[in-house]
Amino acid sequence: MKKFLALMLTLVLVMMSLAACGGGSGSDSGSGDTIKIGVFEPASGDNGAGGKQETLGIQYANEVQPTVEIGGKEYNVELAIVDNESDNSKAVTAAQDLVSKGVSIVLGSYGSAVSIAAADVFADAGMPAIGVTCTNPQVTADCEQYFRICFLDPFQGTVLANYAWENGMKKAYCLSKQGDDYSKGLVNYFIEAFKKLGGEVVEEQFPDKNSDFTSYVANAKKNGCDVFFSPVSTEAAALIIDQAEAQSLGMPILAGDTWDSNVITGAAKGKNVEIVVTTFYQEGGNPEFDSGIKEWMENNADAKTNNGGNTDLAAVTAMGYDAYFVALEAMKAAGSTDPADILAALPELNATGLVCGDVTFNEVGDANKTTAFVKKCNNETGAWEFVKEQAAE
Amino acid sequence: MGFIQTWLPYILAGVAVGGQYALIAIGYTMVYGILRLINFAHGDVFMWSGLIMVYLITILPLWLSVILVIIFAIVLGTTIEKVAYRPLRSAPRMSIMISAIGVSYLLQNFALYITGGLTKTYPTIGWLQRTVSIGSATTKMVTLVTPVLTIVLVFLLVMLIKHTKIGMAMRAVSRDFETSSLMGIDIDRVITVTFVIGCALAAIGSILYFSNYTGIQPMSGAMPGLKAFVAAVFGGIGSVPGAVVGAFVIGVAENLIKGIGWTNFSDAFTFVLLIIILMVKPTGLFGEKNIDKV
Repeated sequence: MKKFLALMLTLVLVMMSLAACGGGSGSDSGSGDTIKIGVFEPASGDNGAGGKQETLGIQYANEVQPTVEIGGKEYNVELAIVDNESDNSKAVTAAQDLVSKGVSIVLGSYGSAVSIAAADVFADAGMPAIGVTCTNPQVTADCEQYFRICFLDPFQGTVLANYAWENGMKKAYCLSKQGDDYSKGLVNYFIEAFKKLGGEVVEEQFPDKNSDFTSYVANAKKNGCDVFFSPVSTEAAALIIDQAEAQSLGMPILAGDTWDSNVITGAAKGKNVEIVVTTFYQEGGNPEFDSGIKEWMENNADAKTNNGGNTDLAAVTAMGYDAYFVALEAMKAAGSTDPADILAALPELNATGLVCGDVTFNEVGDANKTTAFVKKCNNETGAWEFVKEQAAE
Repeated sequence: MGFIQTWLPYILAGVAVGGQYALIAIGYTMVYGILRLINFAHGDVFMWSGLIMVYLITILPLWLSVILVIIFAIVLGTTIEKVAYRPLRSAPRMSIMISAIGVSYLLQNFALYITGGLTKTYPTIGWLQRTVSIGSATTKMVTLVTPVLTIVLVFLLVMLIKHTKIGMAMRAVSRDFETSSLMGIDIDRVITVTFVIGCALAAIGSILYFSNYTGIQPMSGAMPGLKAFVAAVFGGIGSVPGAVVGAFVIGVAENLIKGIGWTNFSDAFTFVLLIIILMVKPTGLFGEKNIDKV
């Protein structure tokens, strides 16, 4: 009896896996006049919140412009969304999944580490990929298939260092996460620029899965620093802000584009913590886009949940929106849905009419951007306030 | 004086986190004492208690939520025991251990499904999260409450084990499983009580832990669970006071190491400690034969 049960269970499992395969190939064959754009973003793990917000921008753009005309023929645009789980090994599988789904171009990811991990897969497949907000230079440096529409960490690190120095901060406490290319890279560029200006630096790292930031905050205080620089994931950020409040940190916290999220403003609301970030997009930069996407989120319960339960706009969402249109422009310029043709068209592309500014690519495949927005969190209202536009020099 | 001023924040943080590890470690050590099973799912019961609190507090008053969270943890823990461990009791020990690992992953993935992988923010529990200053250190109220509450609870637990009938039954079962069942002790009841106590303490631990470190995600139980397990081994697995001492040692040492500036090694330290203890004194600090094990 037991053997029979075991056999039945095994059979059921096998049937289920077969059924799953069947479903996959079935939907592939029905792509007559559709073109697929792959969305390579984390929906869980450390960067889940940010990845979801970036995906929202892409989904909204797809809602606004669901078709594209390529070579005189109208195509429906379909999004193929995968979850790379903010994990370097899962990212490779997710990227292979996209390639096998037959997408024409890939957008993402939020978080540089997973993009770097997946770059080889895209390179082998000759698949063009557009990084949306991955700011680590390595993403495009070693991979001809990778382009990106945001500024880079050397630039962002310099901007942040300049901002800190101009505001009289002489000693910086820098905290990054072990094995995280984004935070480590940005911290290194910040330190380089800050030391050049004459500043002093204390650098520390925390291990993966750490949620106890008590001692890091205490270390910053003990060392008499003037600024706490920690461009880490929003998950860790919320905990850092909490500890900063609990121990009365008494110095501003500085961070990069990742922190431009309602997770941060939510965590900082009602607390006595000063937070300054650099980012890609300032809410109000394009009122039409702002109101459109807010209305969409208001009427779409899933979207609102993925945005963290409210309709506050994150810069990564605006960037996701732009990335979608850059992809459409590239397809139009290529006049083909073939990944190889799109790849060939990307270097010469000049995408205009975007919400975060026009995009042209340099020889490495990075967007030519020269300024970043500096924003500050208003602790009473829990909203971002525009401080200034800061250039690198 | 200057020395104390510099190190006070680290010691406070260490004692607090040590107390929280202790509350989880007791669950590990008691279950091991009786069933010779390392209950890998314990850290996830801890995480789920935190998660349930997040959802309950939105509809219920605080006091009721706290009670319900503890009840939830108890129900979850005893259900796991009934469904996943009891049918395997006569199976080889490895099978039941693998069953425990399975339950652990099931709980984590179910949490991933429910939360969608996003971090949930733990609710503010009034005075627990209020900021207080002691000398040079500023910290949360919960940091001061934790060690006191932990010690009171452990004292009550030790009294229960030493001076009540069920406590005596627990000691008997941990000493010799088969003989005590031959002597008419209701083994199932003793095991259920063990899980009830362990899970209730883990729930209390989760309230204290997440009040201090306010983000919960599906993997939140893994690290504290692992460290509590190391604490239990360090103190001599099976011994309640041993687990508590082990937890405080690990909590304080971990934070002092971060204070020196060796932040990269704080986690490594915990596990190096585990290896050294296993090499030098395989039974742990209090793990001698003539100590009462529960």
